[in-house]
Amino acid sequence: MASVKTTTLPGGIINRPGSTIDYKTGTWRVKRPVVNLDKCIGCLICWIYCPEPAIIKRDDGKIDFDYDYCKGCGICSLECPTKAIRIVEE
Amino acid sequence: MSTSEAIAYAVKQANVDVIAAYPITPQTIIVERLSEYVHNGELDAEYIAVESEHSAMSACVAASLTGARVFTSTASQGLALMHEVLYLASSLRCPIVMAIANRALSAPINIHCDHSDMMGSRDAGWVQIFAENGQQAYDRIFQAFKLAEDEDILLPVGVNIDGFFLSHAVEGIATISDSEAATFLPPRKAKYYLDYSMPMTFGAFALPDWYFEIKHQVVEAMDRVPKKLAEIEETYYKMTGRKYDHVGVYKTEDAEVCLVCAGSSAATAKFAITRLREKGIKAGLLSIRLFRPFPVESILLHVKDVKALIVMDRAMSPGAPSAPIAQDIKATLYDAGLNIPVANFVYGLGGRDISAAEFESIIMKIVESLKAGRPIEKGVMYWGLRA
Repeated sequence: MASVKTTTLPGGIINRPGSTIDYKTGTWRVKRPVVNLDKCIGCLICWIYCPEPAIIKRDDGKIDFDYDYCKGCGICSLECPTKAIRIVEE
Repeated sequence: MSTSEAIAYAVKQANVDVIAAYPITPQTIIVERLSEYVHNGELDAEYIAVESEHSAMSACVAASLTGARVFTSTASQGLALMHEVLYLASSLRCPIVMAIANRALSAPINIHCDHSDMMGSRDAGWVQIFAENGQQAYDRIFQAFKLAEDEDILLPVGVNIDGFFLSHAVEGIATISDSEAATFLPPRKAKYYLDYSMPMTFGAFALPDWYFEIKHQVVEAMDRVPKKLAEIEETYYKMTGRKYDHVGVYKTEDAEVCLVCAGSSAATAKFAITRLREKGIKAGLLSIRLFRPFPVESILLHVKDVKALIVMDRAMSPGAPSAPIAQDIKATLYDAGLNIPVANFVYGLGGRDISAAEFESIIMKIVESLKAGRPIEKGVMYWGLRA
């Protein structure tokens, strides 16, 4: 949150579109998802279910995580049909 | 004109862009007249006939965020239903002006005057002005818009009129011309507003890291109100010869006992004080015309030498050590290091009238206590309540 200004406009107005990108919600995370690429089949069900979205689609069709915004909710792990995603302590 | 008609006429002259309102006694005539003005083409505004007061204030907030000049009016249960949205209006810095025809809250259901409705929304971050008569109500509408829309303020303003006692009272109103109105109150120029061509976020979520600062902006803006309103009053005075200040002051110079009240009772109290003065009783009057922000400085100018204050509240605060206005008066005195006894009476709930003779009795009761060296009764007294 270091990039958030130290002053605010009246009523907390944000006069710049897309500013949520500055808000790194990944700092809220207490557990993180880890993918086993040998098990990942690139079905992207995790990508559909991720509420953030913090699933990154790799060039080889498999997935990675954007830890700047992943809150560690674990939905990806729950929905993964091949159990390729584990949730581990930070 | 009735005070309601005078307010509607002022709102028309203020050339508002949007009115969103739901009729409720005793405010109905204000919005009825406005809907006629819009229907007849006398006022080029969007009139949104909503399904509740909650929707009325929601529509007003949204309209205000587009940069429009916005008016609404309500009373009693209507204001209570608006309650949660009132906080949005102030925190999102929407310069809405609302006439409140002060009316008692249910139960028992009652349509008559007291100040319980506004006092229930006292902490919502609105500037609150009380009118003593129709003329003040008419004049304050223009001042309210000018104050609300000032970039240093950007707060919603409530103009309070006593239900029926003022809303339905007919008096001669000195009006300003449309061109004077347009000069005094040019079209609103919002700095930030909803516009597709320059996207902005209004009402974003704020977590513990920012909520406090954004909320505190309302306090900072409130602190700037007394000076700004004084400037506006001065400009208006130069145009019309009418000036009201933040408190109405009557015979306080040498007063030993000073009565404090708000709204239409001020005129009745003034009459009582005139009669008491004829009998040699040194009584004075302070009428709270600006209630939020509370006019601490203006009050202190007039109370330093009094022996006792009588604070008349037309609303109660069950379980509190004082009724609302007395709470503020006591805090004002305490902070100034003044240990002046305060007699606090709650009166006139549900529209029960108070006469000049009753004001005389109240003042004499305190004068006699002082004379006899008896202490002024602490806590809240309920004037006129059946034993």
